[in-house]
Amino acid sequence: MALLEDRVNSVPAPRELTTKPRRSDQIFRFVVTLGGMSSLVILGLIALFLSIKGIHILNEKGFSFITESRWEVVTDENQEVIQSTFGIGAMLVGTMLTAVIALFVGVPISILGALYLSFYASGRVKTFLVSLIDLMAAFPSLLFGFWGFFVFMDSAEYWAKLINKYLGFIPIFQVPTPIFERSPFIAGLVLAIMIIPIVTSISREIFAQTPLDRIQAAFALGATRLTMIRAVVIPYGRGGIVGGAMLGLGRAMGETVAVYTVLNVVYAVNWQMLFGAGGNIASLILLKFGEAGAYEVDALMAAGLILFLLTLVVNFAADFLVNRFGKRGR
Amino acid sequence: MSEENQNQKAMPASLASVAAKHAQKQPGTNPLGTGLEARGVHAWFGTKHVLSDVTLDFAAGTVTALIGPSGCGKSTFIRTLNRMHEFIPTAALAGEVRLDGKDIYAPGTDVTKIRLKIGMVFQKPNPFPSMTIGENVLSGLKLAELKRSNTDDLLESCLVRAGLWNEVKDRLKEQGGSLSGGQQQRLCIARSLAVEPQVLLMDEPCSALDPGSTFRIEETIAELSQTMTIIIVTHNMQQAARVSDYTAFFLSNDGPGLMVETGPTSQIFSAPRDKRTEDYVTGRFG
Repeated sequence: MALLEDRVNSVPAPRELTTKPRRSDQIFRFVVTLGGMSSLVILGLIALFLSIKGIHILNEKGFSFITESRWEVVTDENQEVIQSTFGIGAMLVGTMLTAVIALFVGVPISILGALYLSFYASGRVKTFLVSLIDLMAAFPSLLFGFWGFFVFMDSAEYWAKLINKYLGFIPIFQVPTPIFERSPFIAGLVLAIMIIPIVTSISREIFAQTPLDRIQAAFALGATRLTMIRAVVIPYGRGGIVGGAMLGLGRAMGETVAVYTVLNVVYAVNWQMLFGAGGNIASLILLKFGEAGAYEVDALMAAGLILFLLTLVVNFAADFLVNRFGKRGR
Repeated sequence: MSEENQNQKAMPASLASVAAKHAQKQPGTNPLGTGLEARGVHAWFGTKHVLSDVTLDFAAGTVTALIGPSGCGKSTFIRTLNRMHEFIPTAALAGEVRLDGKDIYAPGTDVTKIRLKIGMVFQKPNPFPSMTIGENVLSGLKLAELKRSNTDDLLESCLVRAGLWNEVKDRLKEQGGSLSGGQQQRLCIARSLAVEPQVLLMDEPCSALDPGSTFRIEETIAELSQTMTIIIVTHNMQQAARVSDYTAFFLSNDGPGLMVETGPTSQIFSAPRDKRTEDYVTGRFG
């Protein structure tokens, strides 16, 4: 009797569920873990390197390193540093300004392009354009820079003057003196062209995954392609578009050579995007690295560290946005 | 007489009696236009001929069931009726489909207007997950760019006709995906009603649903057939017998699918003229 009661009254604790994987599976698990962790390790090592090299500069200069806008080193005849001022404020602003212009121009073009490729382009045109865009993604950025400098600059300057003439009452379109060459506007446009391939191909892949049954449901309700895209494809792809745009933003913020070619490096914070003055962190590093002494190199590493952190923050913010707003259409 | 009796005995009593219970509507008893006519419809996917020479009338205000084994072309056929067939890139078609006497494939036809008049419900419930229940029902207005003044009334009447109003009237603001499978399918029916189609095509609407939900949808079909023409593809012969006035039997013998026989449902299930139909409805194959 007691036994029966025990069985009725006692609820067992959940058992631990275990399995012993086969040897081959264990080895494979080790190999893929290695692969998975390697990117984390490499990223960590780079961050560590930048920190070790740059942290003493940040300690010395403090907050002024990101607020100040001067970059001066005075050395004596023995190459000993007598006096130095390092501040990347202008470069930080330039980095963000050019990247935002790039997104503003590049992302809409990319989305339209991706929609065309996914829902309008037919057979051969589509295959051709897709491989062209992939080619464009692999194009060296130096060539974009050259093209921007020798070919694109003239027309962009003309547009800049037009914008200044008709929209000049808006503060960001004002210029203190009429210098329209090598401005953040032009650098931003070159960057926009550079991010179009990546944003387009990511958006296209997301659009291609739109569930067919939803597309069919929309068409069966008398939808046109435009209304179908608005009701089905865009809500589904929203998260992916944000993700692609953030990859583009990352590329735009880190771009070195192209920006160096088409943007004047000037050590003054400049929000007036049509005015030929600016620079971004990466192009500053390129500009100074060749002739920098050991101490200045450390300062450049500190600038690199700031860029690294900025990229990290932007990516986390993008992840947050995708998780927050991207899921609803799925 | 005696031969027909014998024939009836050979049938499983259930299907024939189920079909007999369903009061068959006569064509033309409803003032809903002349209905839908398929004339010599052929269909291809690439070079594969999948449907051959189907001529079939769907009288206005009747329910027609399309039955047949898998791969016989009945789903392809139903998709030619509202031009969803051409949605597949390599699809081709010959013949005519006429709505109120006008060929829906005529050059210069706006295909979106055809699909407004001939709605469709799919096998798998597919509400739009980014929209609420209410938005889902009215989505057709937005998609087809139609203007309606009193959308609240339309919303309610569509949900009532789809037999879903009582279950969702207090949760119209919730996402469509929060409903059960059967409810989602009725939501999809409500959604296609909102654009007021003349004809409703249903491609195995119950094959992903449990018996209870299936029963509710069959009730809805009976209700809807008062005001529109319904064509339903089904694998379930019981269902065909329960809901339809007419039945068409499709079959493919390694070649393109053919329509073997059509007639009043009670006749198809009790006294089919073709041996192949008899074999199929008595469960000898398929």
